[in-house]
Amino acid sequence: MKIVLSLATRIATAVPSLIGVIVVTFLLARALPGDAAVYYAGSSATPESIAQVRKALGLDKPLWFQFGDYASRLAHGDLGTSLSSGQPVLHDLVARLPASMELTLCALLFAMAIGLPLGIAAATRPGKAIDHICRVIVSVGAAFPTFFVALGLVYVFYFRLGIAPEPLGRLNDTYFTVPPTVTGFYLIDTILAGDLAAFDASLAQLVLPSISLGLFALAPIARIARASMLASLSSDFCRTARAMGLSRTRIVYGYALRNAMLPVVNILGMVFSFLLGANVLVEQVFAWPGIGAYAVNAVITSDYAAVQGFVLMMAILYILLNLAVDLAVAAIDPRVRYDG
Amino acid sequence: MSVPLLQVDGLSVNFRTRSGTVKVLDDVSFSIDKGEILGIVGESGSGKSVLSYALMGLLDDNAQIKADTITFGGIDLNGPASALSAIRGRELSMIFQSPRTALNPIMKVGKQIEDVLRRHGPVSRSNAKAAAIAALARVRIPDPERRYEAYPFELSGGMCQRVMIAMALSCSPSLLIADEPTTGLDVTTQAVVMDLIRDLVRESRMSSILITHDLALAAEYCDRIAVMHAGHMVEIASARTLRSHFAHPYTRGLFAATPTADTELNDLASIPGNLPDLRLDLPPCRFLHRCDRRQADCETAPVPLQAIGTDHSVRCRYPL
Amino acid sequence: MADLTTNLHAQSFWRDARHLATENKLTLMAAVILLLFIVLSLLAPWLIPYDPLAVDSTAALKPPSFAHLFGTDALGRDIFSRVIIATRLDIGMAIGAVFLSFVVGTATGAIAGYFGGWTDAIIGRFMDTIMAFPLFVLAMGIVAALGNSVENIVLATAIINLPFYSRFARSEVNIRRDMTFVEAARMGGNRSFRLLAFHIVPNILPTMMVQGSLNLGWAILNAAGLSFIGLGVRPPTPEWGIMVSEGASYIFSGEWWTFVFPGAALVITVFCFNLIGDGLRDMIDPRSRR
Ligand SMILES: Nc1ncnc2c1ncn2[C@@H]1O[C@H](COP(=O)(O)OP(=O)(O)OP(=O)(O)O)[C@@H](O)[C@H]1O
Ligand SMILES: [Mg+2]
Repeated sequence: MKIVLSLATRIATAVPSLIGVIVVTFLLARALPGDAAVYYAGSSATPESIAQVRKALGLDKPLWFQFGDYASRLAHGDLGTSLSSGQPVLHDLVARLPASMELTLCALLFAMAIGLPLGIAAATRPGKAIDHICRVIVSVGAAFPTFFVALGLVYVFYFRLGIAPEPLGRLNDTYFTVPPTVTGFYLIDTILAGDLAAFDASLAQLVLPSISLGLFALAPIARIARASMLASLSSDFCRTARAMGLSRTRIVYGYALRNAMLPVVNILGMVFSFLLGANVLVEQVFAWPGIGAYAVNAVITSDYAAVQGFVLMMAILYILLNLAVDLAVAAIDPRVRYDG
Repeated sequence: MSVPLLQVDGLSVNFRTRSGTVKVLDDVSFSIDKGEILGIVGESGSGKSVLSYALMGLLDDNAQIKADTITFGGIDLNGPASALSAIRGRELSMIFQSPRTALNPIMKVGKQIEDVLRRHGPVSRSNAKAAAIAALARVRIPDPERRYEAYPFELSGGMCQRVMIAMALSCSPSLLIADEPTTGLDVTTQAVVMDLIRDLVRESRMSSILITHDLALAAEYCDRIAVMHAGHMVEIASARTLRSHFAHPYTRGLFAATPTADTELNDLASIPGNLPDLRLDLPPCRFLHRCDRRQADCETAPVPLQAIGTDHSVRCRYPL
Repeated sequence: MADLTTNLHAQSFWRDARHLATENKLTLMAAVILLLFIVLSLLAPWLIPYDPLAVDSTAALKPPSFAHLFGTDALGRDIFSRVIIATRLDIGMAIGAVFLSFVVGTATGAIAGYFGGWTDAIIGRFMDTIMAFPLFVLAMGIVAALGNSVENIVLATAIINLPFYSRFARSEVNIRRDMTFVEAARMGGNRSFRLLAFHIVPNILPTMMVQGSLNLGWAILNAAGLSFIGLGVRPPTPEWGIMVSEGASYIFSGEWWTFVFPGAALVITVFCFNLIGDGLRDMIDPRSRR
């Protein structure tokens, strides 16, 4: 009961962020340079048609009224229509979201799979080679722009060595059949369709973009993992465990590591912020058909409804991910769990 | 004379740090008999914790430990760490100050006791749980079945210290080291915890080292008392002898600074000066610069710990 | 009183600076390299061998040689000259953005931390709202809304950094609000704003500046990322992000120098900024020294 209650309060804390996000995206759209009505009326507009568009868009109404209108359209899932695709923005975004999510999750997986063991190994062997390697990777990793890493990897592994597939999207559909959409994640859908060749191919397509994106997230994860593991290992409760004669494995993995996971999970919120942003750059390099590439195109072509929809969707996704991080922390830490 | 349970001779501990070598312990020798409670008293920074950590093998990697002999229950502990790790937690156990942080914050206290039990003996899951609850009951925790499920943050400081004691005693060690076990507890809880430790030690015929900076507390609960100053053991005597015939100027200072029933609070004298900087070259007597009885040869001539009575030794050329 | 503390600060500052110079050679090296970069870019008009905008179709896509140290791009422009001259814009954008968020963030954070209550709640909520976005995405949205220009890249980068400074300043001021030297100044009849501006804020500046230096590398990456996707800087302006993106199309024909050199300049600069930031943090906060 207590747990359910604290879960509910945690979810409730996301509401102000959500409202703030909606207000900001609304204001961003109103801050467009020039007169939006002129812009939407097109190049061959007459003063009458501009006035008409203004009325149709509700731009002649007071700002608060426009906001109410915006909010109620949002509530109905109406993000406006994209100029370049002619489709509802929501439809475009939802169709492209799985591609971005698959990439982001694979990158996170990669970053965790390397960053965590690296940080832990460095903390348990301070001053040894692995500790120095960790420090170098952390400081070098934080200095490399994602897009540069991505291009470098493409150059080496595709152009020079020829072991990576052409960096053009999720699956080369001249050789492979795109699986019927179930989850939207090709790695899962290809297996569901029983098409192992397509699975291998989409996995191969994912490798380089995931590494490029993941390297950026690896640095903060390894840094925090090392620092919190060091703190944990020198903590009073690990000293107690040693005094009680517990085995080193038990102390390192059963006591220190579980406590050290708290800061690591907490930093994941920040890591998601990095990943969702850098995602845009990586999609650009690998012609990945996700919402990032869509947004870049929208920004360049001044497709404002699409940009607004993209920013809103990313923010909501980020709020949800942060909520998930909070719940994960609560799962590990009883102090948070019962703190109703 | 029977063989003592723990015999320590010529123990020194140095720490290598960035700002030089810190000579924290120098030529520390003492012994404990079976069933005896030894108090170690000294002001903050005198090396009491370092001494107990050295015995337990809990010092940081930058510590250099040297000793002539350390034997415990017939086992030579002066050498490779494997001998120690075989008995730690089972024969030799320890409780710490600030019990709240000494327990794993995200693990149920019952599980933490179980971990120790399972480490030191083949115990099945259900037996371990029963044994952990029994250990909690033994330290007089009310409703142990419910407390088994508690996390440290749900318990009071005194309750956490009892859990610590339960954990340390769960495998019936023959020596329990208690490093300032009542620091941070309120006065009534302090007495309860101290009584508990004494009763349990007596009950199971264990020995114990009780570390404190409170001479009155040591005098009340211990059979013998060792006084430490700046890494030297300056005086060892039975509690009774020490109270009436203290011989070291530092011990006199400590008594003068300890409130008793018939001193007024403003009669209390504090010991002048501070502990010397342990990174510097130190004179044979580390109390020298705070001492009003020093003579010229205190600066140069060695000062060994010497017996001045039955079961009474002092490290001073000019004892009281 | 305040004089005394500043004086002590200054003394230990120089001692720490010396410590840093002798102990932490890496930081010193980073500072030297960075200084070299900046001086080079300032003297660039007299140093660089070619006009960074001069198109020469006969020399298009030439690999690195003595004539063109870093090779030439598709329009035959000298990449070395362009990389050097771009330093100004890239570092300039980052410093501009960090300066803006430093000033505004310190001011809002100090006010929030000192006055508390409603002021604090409103400023805090505002910063939370910024933090509710993935930061790069918010920057994209801001540039898209305000218009595609260099000024707006700087502004967007400043806005997304704002919460870090504001929160940091808030907590630092909060700690100091009731300290003795502030009490003394208050007894001396100082009004709230005076007190805040002349006694508390100067006290938190050193730690705030460390935050700023730690932030510079990140600001460069951010601005370069925005121009990589075609925001802000317009061709033919030389800027590292846009140069990498222009060079990207030649990956498939193997003309690696088109993107490697501007990218490497970016990496080295950010790396140096990060090292200096770490060094300064160690200097101010010896606890983080290892
Ligand atoms: N790892 C270490 N490195 C360097 N010096 C140390 C280390 N551990 C302890 N010391 C030094 O050893 C000295 C004795 O410390 P110790 O903790 O044993 O004192 P104590 O008598 O237990 O004091 P307290 O009553 O405060 O617990 C101190 O001067 C301390 O600075
Ligand atoms: Mg101690």
